[in-house]
Amino acid sequence: MSEFEPRILCFACNWCSYAAADIAGTSRLHYPSNVRVIRVMCSGMVSPEYVLKAFEEGFDGVMIAGCHIGDCHYISGNMRAEERIEKLKKLLHTLGLEDERLLLRWIATSEGPLFAETITQFVGQLKKVGPSPFRKELVA
Amino acid sequence: MEDIRIGVYICHCGLNIASVVDVEEVAKYASTLDSVVVSRDYKFMCSDPGQDLIKSDIKEHNLNRVIVASCSPRMHESTFRKACAAADLNPYLYEMANIREACSWVHEDKELATAKAKDLVRAAVRRVKLQEPLEVREIPFNPNTLIVGGGVAGIQAALEIADAEHKVYLVEKDPSIGGHMIQLDKTFPTLDCSQCILTPKMAAVGSHPYIELMTYSEVEEVTGFVGNFNVKIRKKARYVKEEECNGCGMCWEKCPWKAPSEYEVGMAERKAIYTPFAQAVPNIPVIDRDYCAYFLKGKCRACEKFCERNAIDFEQVDRFVDIEVGSVILATGYDLFDSSIIPQYGYKTYDNVFTGLEFERMSSATGPTGGEICLRDGREPESVAIVHCVGSRDQNYNEYCSRVCCMYGLKTAHLVKDKTNAEVYEIYIDMRCFGEGYEEFYKRVCDEGVTFIRGKVAKVTDRTIGDEEPGKLIVVVEDSLIGSVMRLPVDMVVLCPALQSRADSEDLARKFVINRRGDGFFLERHVKLDPVTTPTDGILIAGCCQGPKDIPDSVAQGAAAAARALSMISKGKVTLEAAVSHVNTDLCIGCGRCEEVCPFNAPKVSMDGGPLPVSSVNEALCKGCGSCAVACPTGAITIWHFKPEQILSMVDALAEVQQ
Repeated sequence: MSEFEPRILCFACNWCSYAAADIAGTSRLHYPSNVRVIRVMCSGMVSPEYVLKAFEEGFDGVMIAGCHIGDCHYISGNMRAEERIEKLKKLLHTLGLEDERLLLRWIATSEGPLFAETITQFVGQLKKVGPSPFRKELVA
Repeated sequence: MEDIRIGVYICHCGLNIASVVDVEEVAKYASTLDSVVVSRDYKFMCSDPGQDLIKSDIKEHNLNRVIVASCSPRMHESTFRKACAAADLNPYLYEMANIREACSWVHEDKELATAKAKDLVRAAVRRVKLQEPLEVREIPFNPNTLIVGGGVAGIQAALEIADAEHKVYLVEKDPSIGGHMIQLDKTFPTLDCSQCILTPKMAAVGSHPYIELMTYSEVEEVTGFVGNFNVKIRKKARYVKEEECNGCGMCWEKCPWKAPSEYEVGMAERKAIYTPFAQAVPNIPVIDRDYCAYFLKGKCRACEKFCERNAIDFEQVDRFVDIEVGSVILATGYDLFDSSIIPQYGYKTYDNVFTGLEFERMSSATGPTGGEICLRDGREPESVAIVHCVGSRDQNYNEYCSRVCCMYGLKTAHLVKDKTNAEVYEIYIDMRCFGEGYEEFYKRVCDEGVTFIRGKVAKVTDRTIGDEEPGKLIVVVEDSLIGSVMRLPVDMVVLCPALQSRADSEDLARKFVINRRGDGFFLERHVKLDPVTTPTDGILIAGCCQGPKDIPDSVAQGAAAAARALSMISKGKVTLEAAVSHVNTDLCIGCGRCEEVCPFNAPKVSMDGGPLPVSSVNEALCKGCGSCAVACPTGAITIWHFKPEQILSMVDALAEVQQ
């Protein structure tokens, strides 16, 4: 049986982290293709509903990436994201999902290498945690 | 129900995408997706023929949704939106799949990359179906401009705009405009006198019919948005009636009370009623309450007695002026690093350790020594050490390079050589002489017999050892070119302190709703391609408030910011972001959570709509961040173009496992 390949959904804010992902691209920094990125305007825009839906649909890990505290394009949106993350983790516990499946990271525009590293590490981390119990089988 | 007809275009981007992603395969796959009417791959979608392909397909196949899978939306979203608009398709019915930066450039495995590209296209297809046409609205732009800070950057910006015959309010916190530049002696590398080149510009500002100068004033409060800002200015009490005073100078001549002069960096005194310097603009004094005997002890009033125009007014209080402007240029400059924070450099411990700015005043013909370079006891120094990078390029203080110190350090060396017979040591980490004529000036100073020592100074001490001459300052430095520690006895040390962000920059950033970098300087919209605007529309930045700069760069940025302001004025209207927040009043319970989380004061709960309090959003203030939508407990608030069903459709689509 082939090695477990975790599937990751990343919500990246348009101003910092999505731009950092672009920089990772322009710098040709390779990272595992396990991640799919959804561009949002701000990490504060990511409703807990989206995260829960992602787990429900079988993603093994969800990452929310935004600007560093103090650098938010909308002043305080990332603080809202931070406020929510702990509550979300508690909610995940009740669903039987581990802390390690949800990641909140601040990645600035210039930090393309950090974006690539973060994805690489998250993939490694999820490989240790194993497949999500909600994971769906391959569609034949 | 609307018949959705989607056109999907997969871009090769030359080989950038096509070498990793099987673009034909992706296009074939897209054609099998629900509602996709046309699916093509093309070499360069952003080229004119590529865009024409979209336009003609929209007409021919009656497309009402378009997807381009190519580079990052940060690169070409606006290009393709325009192409759609040109074919009468609402630009918000366009969606982009990023298969270059997020796919072909970061993955090597062709199979996996192609599978990912398919996923991204599928997600875009699902999302675009749910997208709605949005209207971009326009409102008039107020042609007045507020400029905060009357240094050289602010002065340049003010003159550019005023010369185009548009009204400028120039607000300066000090009693006169001129900024740091007016304190300088000669300017590198041409050695023209700073005052000689700046005072004509200052005078032009003072007399310009389109400039309303507000000195000794500060911004108190800012409301509104691009094109329509309302700003409250605090005009601090001068205790002198500006409209009466003719600047004759009798008051400060007769004033018996003295205070250290800020302009002379404490090296000379001024009176309690004063103008900072002789060429002050406006030439109207202020009374310093902290030193005026009348305010301290209740008697004196000498200035009042001698003022022929009865311009002194001890009863004056701070006044508030409300102005309306369309844009704001912040040009608030920098603070000099306090060298006494590094105790080992001996500033404020040893008399003859000066800062660069103190040296400027000493060397200036109008300064406390009349331009003579001398020690505190009046003797001419026999040796001078110039220490670079004090508080710059230092992990303990500021990691960045202050950009001007190498050059003014060289200029200091030149002036010492020019005016005295002293030995001069220039102690540097790296010489950074990047501007026009700078390298040539470096060569010139090298040829003038200045000794260059590459190293970072460890300390300055008066404790001599061995046969070192008592009374000298010993500069201890490792010469990193020969790898040995030197002890350099000198009479005078000139430190080159870092340029730092203003102490009140955080407060100002909050007032104008802009961001600062980690080092405290104001953050520009794009470090390379948009250095004068900020992420807040209508707020522009120029000069050292954005980062350390020399005079030419400050002037260039001041003019660039003015050009931006003028382009907005010339357009005469502002386009408002369409992807903003919207309240469904049927669901709103008026709880006010949206008000609490919004940093831009866009939502307001009021009774305007009926008997119950409900929220409404000022779309001109809303930036579309979505914080309110998540905070709203009833789901009454949505962000156009980022509605939950639009995002969730992508989550769904991306979660589907294909084989």
